[in-house]
Amino acid sequence: MHHMTLAEIARGLADKKFSSEELTKTLLARINALDPKVNSFISLTEELALSQAKAADARRASGENGALLGAPIAHKDLFCTQGIRTSCGSKMLDNFKAPYDATVVAKLAAAGAVTLGKTNMDEFAMGSANESSYYGAVKNPWNLEHVPGGSSGGSAAAVAARFLPAATATDTGGSIRQPAAFTNLTGLKPTYGRVSRWGMIAYASSLDQGGPLARTAEDCAILLQGMAGFDKQDSTSIDEPVPDYSASLNTSIKGLRIGVPKEYFSPGLDPRIAELVHNSVKELEKLGAVIKEISLPNNQHAIPAYYVIAPAEASSNLSRFDGVRFGYRCENPKDLTDLYKRSRGEGFGAEVQRRIMVGAYALSAGYYDAYYLKAQKIRRLIKNDFMAAFEEVDVILGPTTPNPAWKIGAKTGDPIAEYLEDLYTITANLAGLPGLSMPAGFVDGLPVGVQLLAPYFQEGRLLNVAHQYQLNTDWHTRTPTGF
Amino acid sequence: MQWEVVIGLEIHTQLATQSKIFSGSATTFGSEPNTQASLVDLGMPGVLPVLNQEAVRMAVMFGLAIDAEIGQHNVFARKNYFYPDLPKGYQISQMELPIVGKGYLDIPLEDGTIKRVGVTRAHLEEDAGKSLHEEFNGATGIDLNRAGTPLLEIVSEPDMRSAKEAVAYVKTIHALVRYLGICDGNMAEGSLRCDCNVSVRPKGQVEYGTRCEIKNVNSFRFIEKAINTEVRRQIELIEDGGKVIQQTRLYDPNKDETRAMRSKEEANDYRYFPDPDLLPVVIEDSFLNDVRATLPELPPQKRERFQAQFGLSVYDASVLASSREQADYFEKVVSIAGDAKLAANWVMVELGSLLNKQGLEIDEAPVTAEQLGGMLLRIKDNTISGKIAKTVFEAMASGEGSADEIIDKRGLKQVTDSGAISAVLDEMLAANAEQVEQYRAADEAKRGKMFGFFVGQAMKASKGKANPQQVNELLKSKLEG
Amino acid sequence: MALERSDVEKIAHLAHLDLVEADLPQTTAALNSILGLADQMQAVNTDGIEPLAHPLEANQRLRADVVTEVNNREAYQSIAPAVENGLYLVPKVID
Repeated sequence: MHHMTLAEIARGLADKKFSSEELTKTLLARINALDPKVNSFISLTEELALSQAKAADARRASGENGALLGAPIAHKDLFCTQGIRTSCGSKMLDNFKAPYDATVVAKLAAAGAVTLGKTNMDEFAMGSANESSYYGAVKNPWNLEHVPGGSSGGSAAAVAARFLPAATATDTGGSIRQPAAFTNLTGLKPTYGRVSRWGMIAYASSLDQGGPLARTAEDCAILLQGMAGFDKQDSTSIDEPVPDYSASLNTSIKGLRIGVPKEYFSPGLDPRIAELVHNSVKELEKLGAVIKEISLPNNQHAIPAYYVIAPAEASSNLSRFDGVRFGYRCENPKDLTDLYKRSRGEGFGAEVQRRIMVGAYALSAGYYDAYYLKAQKIRRLIKNDFMAAFEEVDVILGPTTPNPAWKIGAKTGDPIAEYLEDLYTITANLAGLPGLSMPAGFVDGLPVGVQLLAPYFQEGRLLNVAHQYQLNTDWHTRTPTGF
Repeated sequence: MQWEVVIGLEIHTQLATQSKIFSGSATTFGSEPNTQASLVDLGMPGVLPVLNQEAVRMAVMFGLAIDAEIGQHNVFARKNYFYPDLPKGYQISQMELPIVGKGYLDIPLEDGTIKRVGVTRAHLEEDAGKSLHEEFNGATGIDLNRAGTPLLEIVSEPDMRSAKEAVAYVKTIHALVRYLGICDGNMAEGSLRCDCNVSVRPKGQVEYGTRCEIKNVNSFRFIEKAINTEVRRQIELIEDGGKVIQQTRLYDPNKDETRAMRSKEEANDYRYFPDPDLLPVVIEDSFLNDVRATLPELPPQKRERFQAQFGLSVYDASVLASSREQADYFEKVVSIAGDAKLAANWVMVELGSLLNKQGLEIDEAPVTAEQLGGMLLRIKDNTISGKIAKTVFEAMASGEGSADEIIDKRGLKQVTDSGAISAVLDEMLAANAEQVEQYRAADEAKRGKMFGFFVGQAMKASKGKANPQQVNELLKSKLEG
Repeated sequence: MALERSDVEKIAHLAHLDLVEADLPQTTAALNSILGLADQMQAVNTDGIEPLAHPLEANQRLRADVVTEVNNREAYQSIAPAVENGLYLVPKVID
C-alpha cells in the first residue's frame, strides 16, 4: 500500500479498493516503525490524520470526488498549523502552537488531504543538508550515512522512504529541488507568487516559495493544483488563473526547444553527473525535443548575491522572535536587552545566527550599497540572462546539484562549502522562475537530479516535460533498500 | 551674543481609517488592551501585510493640499530596531521613495503676516504599540492595540525661527488634516504627535548648530514651552563653554525641563531596506484626479475668499478659516444676517470667549449659527441695540430659545417711539435739573463731556431699551431748548 | 577588509544576539569567509543597472478599508511566555 503514488491512491479510493482511514493507519504504523532510522518527522498528527481520513471517507461516500480527497500528505514544519506545533526546526519555536493555518494548509485540508504530520527541516529553512535542525539531522533513505539535502530534507526523506506519497515543501535557494535530487524525487518550485506565503514562516521573503515534493511529475501536478492560487492575504501573490496541471501532462514535447547552458558544465560539476545530464538530454531528444546550447553569463555571480540578499531579508524577518509574544524566552532575564539577546542567542542555532549577522551587516550603515544594493543589481543581471535565454528556448535543462548527497557531517563548520552546492538552484529564486528537479540516474548508489527551468507561470510545461520523460525512463520508480 | 533659533518639526498624524494600515483590525481608541491586535499586528510568524487603500488616499489628499509632488511610485521600507512595542522588530515605513514629496504650507502668524514653511516630505508608516509602566512589579506591560494604526509622518524643513512659529505651523497642520477629514486631530489621545528638532546658532551664521530632537510633545502649549526650554538649555550650555550633543530628549512638563532619553542613548543603525513583503505602490493619474476632485476648499483659499468676498482683515479671515467647523459656522451666520463684519465680530469675540469659558469646541456651541444669525438681524433692524444683544446672546446660550423669543419674553425690544422716549427724557431731565443748569451754562468743549452723562442716565432710565440714536437726537434738542 | 572580533560583537549587538564567548573566534572566521564570498560581487560591472527587489516587478494591491478582525486575545495570548491583565510583560522599559 505504501508504494502507491497520489494518482494511484486517488484511483484506489475512487474504486473503493481501500478507505482513507485504512491507508492512513497503515502509513502511520509504518512511520512509527521506520522513521526513527530517518528522522523525517518532527511531529506526527495521528489524531488529526484519522479524523481527516474519516471525514474524507464520508465525503467520498456522499459522492464527492477529488484527487486529494483522502490523500495522505505531510507539511514541512514551517507551514503554520492551528493548534499544532510549528517549529521551523528551531528551539525558538519548539513550544509554538501556531494560532492559525497557513493558506496552503487550509487549501489542502479543504480539498480533503489528510495531514500525517510535520516534517523535519533545516532550522528556519537555512541549510542544504538538513543538519541544522534542532530535532537532529535527517538521514537519506538511499544511504543513511548521507544527508537528504535541505532545507526540505524531512519532506524529501519521508516521501523517498515511502512513508507517504507526497509532502509540501518550500524553496528559497533550492530547498525543494536539491533534496528531490538527493532522494530520487520530483520536486517543483513554482513561480514566485504562484503559491501563497501566508502562514509560511519566512526565511527570505522575496525568494521563498512553497511547492510539492513527490515521486512523480504526475503527483506534483496533483499536489500543486491544491496549493496554487491567488491569496488576498499575500501582497506578493499573483492574481493569475491556475491552469489544470494534470491536463497538460500528456502534451507532446515534439519541437520543444530545450536550452542547455554551457556555464553549467564548469569544473565544479561531478563529471558523472554531467554524463547523466547528457543522457537525459538524449532521452528528451528522442521524444522530439530540440536541444540548443545557450549562455547564462552571470550564473557564477548568483551565489555571492544570494548569500547577501537571503541573509539580509532573514535578519529582518527573524527579528520578531524576541521572547515576548510567542516562542522561546530565556530564564530570568535581568533586563530587556538581556531578554532579547539571550532568548535569541539560546533559541537560534549557529547557522541561523550566522546568517542573521551577515544580513544585519550587509544592511548596516556604510555597507548597504556595497552589499545589499550590489546584490540586487546582480539579481537583475541574472533575471536579464534568463529573459534573453527564453527568447531562444522554451525550457532550460541542467544538473540540479554539482555533487550527489554528501556524508552527514562532511561539511560541518564550513558554511561556504555547503553554499557552493546551491550553484544551479538559486538563480531560479533570484529571478522568481519556476524550476523542477527530476530523477535522472545514480552515482555510487546515490540519486542524481536534472533540473528544468521555464518562463514565469509555466509550471505546466515543466510538469509536462518531466512526465513525458518519466513515461520513458524508470529512475523515478527505484526504491531505496529497506523501504 | 544674539542667537537665532532653528526649528524643524516631524508631525505624526494618525489617519482616520476604520482599519489598520496593514491588517483588518479596528483602530478605535481606548479599547481593552490587545483586543484589537490581530495576527498581523502581533507580528506572528508567517503573517503578511496588505496595504489599506484608504490610507493611501488620505496621504495623497494631504500631498495635494500642500501642493506637493505625489510619489506615484512609492516604496515601503523596513526600519529595523528592537523595542517591545514594535512586534516585528521592524517598523514598516517609507524611506527613499515616500508617497508625498516636497510641498509647503503658508502659516498665518499673530502679527498678521503669512510665513511659508517648507514640507520636506510626508510618508506612510505604521504606529507602534504602547508600553505601560505601572503596576506590574517592576515589569512593563505591552498593549499592541495601537500597533499598525496608519500614520502620516509630515517632516518640515528647518524653517521656523521661534517657538511661536512652530506652534503656528502645528496649528496650521492640525487645521488642515481636520479640514481634509484625514485625522481627528485629538492630541490628548495621541492622534497628532510632534517631534521638535531644535538648534541654535549665532545670528548671521549660515551653518546650522547641532540639533536635539524632543520626542512626542503632545499639546500646542507644551510645544511652545518645550522648545523655549530647550533653546534656553542649549544657549546656556554654549555660553558656559559647552557643546550641544545630538540627542533625543523628552520634555517633562512638570519640571519644565528636557532630559536625554536613555533608550536612545546609543546611535541606532536602522538598516532600512525595501520591504520584500510589499510591492511598490503605483498611483495612477486617474486615482490622483479622483482624489483631487474630492478636495474641500482649504484654509488658505478660504482665507483669501473671506478677505475678498467679505472685506475681512488677514487676521480675522485666517482665524475664521482656521477650522472647517468655525468657517462653516461663520458663513452660515453671514448667510442669515447678511453682514460679514458684524458676523465675524460676534463669532470671534462673543462666541469665542463663551466657548473658551466653557471649554467647548465650536461644533458643541450652545448657540447655533441660526440663532446667532437671527439675533444679528434684530441688531440690524434696530429691534435691539448692540448692548442688549449681549443679554440676548447670554440668554440664548443658557437655552432660552431664539433671539426673537427672548426679546419678546423679556421685553427687550428697543423703544423707537419718539413720544415715549421724549417722556422718559423729560422725566430724567427733571430729576437732574441741577446738571441741566450747569450744562446750559457751560461752553462747547465742556458740554461735549457732560452730554455723555445725560445719555447714560437716559439709557439707564429706559433700561437700555431706548434707541440710542433717537436718544441722542432728542436729548440734544431738549438740552439746547 | 576582515572583521575583527570587536566588529562581530558590534554586529551581534545590532542583531540582539548573545554570543557565547568561546564561539567568537569561530564565528568571526565564518563571517569573514561568508563576506569574502560576498566580496566577489565587487568584480561584477553593474553600472547603470537598476536594483531588483522583487522578481516579478508587480505593483502593490490595495485592500478596502474594512474591519475584518475580531478579538482573539485569549487564543493569541495562550502561547505567550508572560501576560497579565491582557498585557504582554517584559522587564521594565526605561524611556
